[in-house]
Amino acid sequence: MPPLARRNLFHDKIRLGVTLTGIVFSVVLIVVELGLFVGFTVTTSSIIDKSNVDLWVVSKHTPYIEQGSPFSERKLYQVLATPGVASAEKYIVRFAQWKAPDGAEESVQVVGFNPYTRVGGPWNVVAGNVEDLKTPDAVMLDELYKKKLGVTRIGEVFEINGRRARVVGFTHGIRAFTTTPYVFTSFKNAQDYTRLNADQTYFVLVRAVPGTNWKALARDLENRVHDVDVLSTSQFSNMTRVYWMFTTGAGIAVLIAALLGLVVGVVVVAQTIYATTMDHMREFGTLKAMGAANRYIYRVIITQAGISAVVGYAAAMVISLFIVRASQNGGAAILLPWQMAVGIFFLALLMCVSAAVVSINKVTHLDPAMVFKG
Amino acid sequence: MHGAISVRGVSKTYSEGMSKVTALNGVDIDVERGEVVLLMGPSGSGKTTLLSIMGCILRASSGSVQVAGIDVTRLSERELPGIRLRHIGFVFQGFNLFPTLSAGENVELALDLKGLGGSKVKQEARRLLDQVGLAHKYDTFPSDLSGGQKQRVAVARALAGSPDIILADEPTAALDSHTGHSVMQTMHDLAHKHGRAVVVVTHDSRVLEFGNRIVRIEDGRIAPATGLEIPKIPAELIAGSEGNVYGTPLGY
Repeated sequence: MPPLARRNLFHDKIRLGVTLTGIVFSVVLIVVELGLFVGFTVTTSSIIDKSNVDLWVVSKHTPYIEQGSPFSERKLYQVLATPGVASAEKYIVRFAQWKAPDGAEESVQVVGFNPYTRVGGPWNVVAGNVEDLKTPDAVMLDELYKKKLGVTRIGEVFEINGRRARVVGFTHGIRAFTTTPYVFTSFKNAQDYTRLNADQTYFVLVRAVPGTNWKALARDLENRVHDVDVLSTSQFSNMTRVYWMFTTGAGIAVLIAALLGLVVGVVVVAQTIYATTMDHMREFGTLKAMGAANRYIYRVIITQAGISAVVGYAAAMVISLFIVRASQNGGAAILLPWQMAVGIFFLALLMCVSAAVVSINKVTHLDPAMVFKG
Repeated sequence: MHGAISVRGVSKTYSEGMSKVTALNGVDIDVERGEVVLLMGPSGSGKTTLLSIMGCILRASSGSVQVAGIDVTRLSERELPGIRLRHIGFVFQGFNLFPTLSAGENVELALDLKGLGGSKVKQEARRLLDQVGLAHKYDTFPSDLSGGQKQRVAVARALAGSPDIILADEPTAALDSHTGHSVMQTMHDLAHKHGRAVVVVTHDSRVLEFGNRIVRIEDGRIAPATGLEIPKIPAELIAGSEGNVYGTPLGY
């Protein structure tokens, strides 16, 4: 087939520019909004997802990780006594108040874990060592929040809820969805910082013996240990994600913005493809008069839309990758996993092809006798 | 053996608001292979409507139309493009070339429509352009061709797939007399050397010499012959022709 679609498309470069601008704008908007959504989603549950355990024992009806309630440490021993449990660790995630020497205060989330087993501890450590958290008053935080918390280097001393906190290391890229920075410390320190009773914990993190059916183990634990829920890591992660992304409406706002990008894209592309089709209506009439079936003409229009989608998507991805990279140093990460990039390609294609429907409808009703009118 | 086109008792009525306009009224005409029929008449007389009906682009309100022996009035709307594709080549007053395609690609497009694929397409397109003397303009875009060259490309395109019938609507209207003459010579050759049935709608009295028959249409009817329109035949210009007649062709 001669390259009619491509030639028609590239013939009017100004119109092509408008079409591509519309697609690029739309795709970049979708990437940014969906990327924010994915970034937020991952961030809300990163502490859970990176815990590397099978089950979380939480107080009854805990809706998400930030809303845990303390329970007796005795339940830890009941858990440990349950067949199929390989290990169990006490764990704290709790809001507290950070105070810099100059008096500036910020909310933080204290994460207390066992630094000997490192279960539920920090990852991506770029300065210092998790071992250092075994020492009293030692804390580790993410370098993204240095400025916010007034930290410039390792060894500086601050206060958390009036108790001494010495910075011993930094992580990279551990964001908190609530913009309240995570501060990692030993479980013992965390008990002090959060003023938790010495015989209490907020969570128990469970590793099952390899080969154990964790669903059955969760049922066993719920039967043995009263007033707790036993959730798999993925269950608890999903509950936390759903809470922050949908119950609070934060995720819906981002998704609506992404949808808006899609609508803008469809409208701009539909308008320009329609204008291109109208410009070439006489040619389509000629094709019909020559005996071309409607589907032949549809193919020309859809090919135009497809080429627009591919070129627009490629340009948009270049811009998007710059934005994604730039966001890595900001408070809100825009993530672009390859599955999402592939999905957005098909979305761009769908957007352009659906935009061509108006033009296709016009051509369907085109009277080939128009070719004889002067 | 059936004729190329057989029109019997064809009428065409259009609705225009509350009233009805009759464009054709009981038209009978046969077109045979190897002849050039000129459809003439004043504007609005119905000649283009008749050409559109012969070309299966318009449907007759009543009567029957046979194209290459097929009664097209019985065919569905979906089947008509297939008839046009297999049996009819069109040449338009405004050339209707695709401006973004080269001369060769314009012909390739028609061949593609007719289902010819692969490496033979370019070869065949070149052969068709050669037939109208424009093989050397294969890669030239319509905007760089003269009016006559454009019309000859349009003729080459109409010949794609070797249709039995060529229908031309005012093919010389936008051309000077020399170029128009050349295009009509090509039409004439198609009929007489290649056995195509050629129907030309025209106002142009300069092309009369190329027709085997002239059919006048007035007020939607075939007008009776007056004999006044019989052209003088410069026989040396019309290779292979036995002469022109009005109404009844010579040699039939």
